[in-house]
Amino acid sequence: MEKYLLIALFSPLVGSLFAALFGAKPKRLLTGIVTSALLFVSLISSLILLVHIASSDDIVRVKLFDWITVGSLNIPFGFVADQVSVIMMVTVTTVSALVHVYSIGYMEHDKGFNRFFSYLSAFVFSMMVLVMSDNFAGLFIGWEGVGLCSWLLIGFWYHKKDETRDINPSISPSWAANEAFIMNRIADLGMLLGLFLIYWHVGSLQYDVVFAHVDLLNIGLVTLIGIFLFIGAMGKSAQFPLHTWLADAMEGPTPVSALIHAATMVTAGVYLVVRAFPIYSQIPDIGFFIASLGAFVAVFAASMALVNTDLKRIIAYSTLSQLGYMFVAGGLGAYWIALFHLMTHAFFKALLFLGAGNVMHAMNDELNIFKMGGLHKVMKYTAILMIIASLALAGIYPFAGFFSKDKILEVAFDSQHYILWFMLWLGAGMTAFYSFRLIMLVFFGEERYKKYGFHPHEAHWYMLLAMAPLAILAIIAGFFEESFEHFVTKILPEYHFHVHGIVTVALIGVTTLIALSGIAFAIYKYSKGGFSEKWKEHPIYKLLYNQYYIPIIYEKVFTEPYKELSKIAWKELDLRVVDATVDFIANVVYKSGFAGRVVQSGNLSKMLRWMVIGLLVLIVLVIVYSPVR
Amino acid sequence: MVEAVAFYLFAALTIAMFAITVMSKNVLYSMSSLAAGMIFISAFFFLLDADFLGVVQIIVYSGAVMALYAFGMMFFDATKDVKEKNPSKKIVFFLSGMIALLLVIILLSPIISEKVKALYPMSEEVGNAEAVGVVLFTKYLVPFEVAAIMLLVAMIAGIILASKRMDESITLKIDQEIEKEQKGEL
Amino acid sequence: MITLTHYLVLAAILFSIALVGILRRKNLLMLFFATEIALNAVNIAFSAISKYYGDLTGQLFAFFIVAIAASEVAVGLGLLIIWYKRRGTIDLDSLQSMNG
Repeated sequence: MEKYLLIALFSPLVGSLFAALFGAKPKRLLTGIVTSALLFVSLISSLILLVHIASSDDIVRVKLFDWITVGSLNIPFGFVADQVSVIMMVTVTTVSALVHVYSIGYMEHDKGFNRFFSYLSAFVFSMMVLVMSDNFAGLFIGWEGVGLCSWLLIGFWYHKKDETRDINPSISPSWAANEAFIMNRIADLGMLLGLFLIYWHVGSLQYDVVFAHVDLLNIGLVTLIGIFLFIGAMGKSAQFPLHTWLADAMEGPTPVSALIHAATMVTAGVYLVVRAFPIYSQIPDIGFFIASLGAFVAVFAASMALVNTDLKRIIAYSTLSQLGYMFVAGGLGAYWIALFHLMTHAFFKALLFLGAGNVMHAMNDELNIFKMGGLHKVMKYTAILMIIASLALAGIYPFAGFFSKDKILEVAFDSQHYILWFMLWLGAGMTAFYSFRLIMLVFFGEERYKKYGFHPHEAHWYMLLAMAPLAILAIIAGFFEESFEHFVTKILPEYHFHVHGIVTVALIGVTTLIALSGIAFAIYKYSKGGFSEKWKEHPIYKLLYNQYYIPIIYEKVFTEPYKELSKIAWKELDLRVVDATVDFIANVVYKSGFAGRVVQSGNLSKMLRWMVIGLLVLIVLVIVYSPVR
Repeated sequence: MVEAVAFYLFAALTIAMFAITVMSKNVLYSMSSLAAGMIFISAFFFLLDADFLGVVQIIVYSGAVMALYAFGMMFFDATKDVKEKNPSKKIVFFLSGMIALLLVIILLSPIISEKVKALYPMSEEVGNAEAVGVVLFTKYLVPFEVAAIMLLVAMIAGIILASKRMDESITLKIDQEIEKEQKGEL
Repeated sequence: MITLTHYLVLAAILFSIALVGILRRKNLLMLFFATEIALNAVNIAFSAISKYYGDLTGQLFAFFIVAIAASEVAVGLGLLIIWYKRRGTIDLDSLQSMNG
């Protein structure tokens, strides 16, 4: 089984290196095919591992070599495939493999075709390291690796010029990439501090050792570790207040958004919380804080999605909101439900993004949904796939989202956090509304695109084919709930519900009701031409449309003062102090050299005179420092 | 008592001779006084029981070196004095005087004699020349041979530099001359 | 009684005389003479120390210094002759070809 683990881990790396060979060359279809094929190899290996572990409960461990051995610090380069990581592996490789195939079509006219596949496979490798590592150090390496690949891929079209914030909210891809990278660095500092604390007090970074020792640690210390690790998770999973980068990350190519910013990387934070459950189950207060933040983000992000006009940003906000749901589950101790929602969400959100990619392709990269409409006539299959994904997202039976999301609401209600439940319930309604607002504006209604001179067309057959498995999973994944619970609770703690029977049914009913009414409201409103223009003048609309003015506030509060500070440091400190010191030293040397030039006159008698002066000095020194006086 | 008289006498003579050497404007006077000073110095060696060194001093300096200078001076126009303009005598005398003063101060201070141990002690039984010979050909054999080779090299160098093709320099051609030669050959 | 110090002071004085010569004279030949004086001053110091400590090493050093002085004279004079042939002068300042 170790063989399959290594194959699953390293075949994306091989693909990445292969594609990198042609990095600067013009498009070669081969790179796309090879990397996709290797991803499928990885997927099959992961599935074999899944079957193996499910059938035998045998956890596969591989220790490649000792990586860092300094003093008492010993970090092996080890990997583990247990119930949790194998679920992540299967999820990651499934979505990645399909996204790779899809990208062959999506990127077919792009100059950086080979480069793109190299980055994308490198990302999958980093993600695999992240989920498969058996220690925190390896997790951190994968964590940084996905951060790097995310930076590369968001800024993939780095050559695009900066625009003002009115035209393009994220200004330019390279700006967005830097924003994502820097925000993640801020969060990673927190995570590193957490790791240091763990190492300092436990003396090891191996999961097994750390979790075995967690009980023995001071509760204040565990709280601190939990907070620090969660700061790292907040950055990666774009939780408030470090959320702005995720929407801006939509500047990257759409397959990237599907893979990285919906299905895999952003869920790494949830994975961390799930993985470190022995720590978080010790500190329910922090767990409650995580859940509260998650519920807040769920509503906060959904509200921004309500009014946005950018196709991808709406989906990005919905991702943000769904991540909030996952954190609610994780924070309230229902770790397996968080993981379950993570998995189902990966499927339908990737599907939604890939559908959006099809639409973008058809519309020549136009993203404003008010310039679309009636596209279902030309893009029938895309429309069907996206409706499936939206239904799953809205949580309608029998789609996958229904099972996982309802469970989270149940958990919130069950643990008697009724306010959280209410927020999530509200969020569910908003989710349903904005999903179908999107569907209505893009696929139905008036064909506004004709006015702008677009000629949409359906995507390639293999792109649709790559989306089909995701659609199937988005429909059926929910039915695996029982076996999933049984499988992962071998490691993760079970969650025992206190409410049963009629209350549960009532909860499901209420949730479904608001979801359905959200959908119905959206369909009703937008089939009649949507809201009136007056709404756009309303302060609430403006607030939501401008993302609560948070990017602007960040710019005013952090970016600009920092810029001013840098300017001061440059003009006052660097030029006046550092440079001046260096210049002064240089001047002294230069001038003393100029003055001392006379010594080197080349005249022997003058030289002799200097020599005698030197001799005199030496003799004086001999007298001064003589041992005998 | 005899030693003290001899020392002061020869010290006065040597200093006088060397002072003339340094001060005299005539090169011939300088050289003559230098030769005299060398012989007077050998007196100190005899006083210090270094008979062999005294003999070597007379032979090498007064004989060989002075003869070499004398012959060397035949190449120069000895009567034509080099016009010497010294920037300032004060500096020269100040520097030399200071060094002399300081050296004297250093040397007058007591020397820690207990710490010094003789490596090759002089013995009363054998004569100085014999003792020097024994040490020279045992402990200092390699330096002695090297010195011999050095003298040979110096001899060859002296002969080549001074004698070969008296009308032309072999090492210090200026560039134009080399160019001229090349053009002539071409 | 003549002590070691007497000899050493004599050597110091002779050495200073040599220094005066080195600093003062511009005639290259005089420089050679001054160098000889300096070397002899050191020789005196060496053999005096040798005597007063009963150690032959000092004398042997003086011996080697004599050998070195002899070779120096041979080579130095050769060079001096060549220089004189080139420039027709043995003025020290004529050696200056570099201008600082």
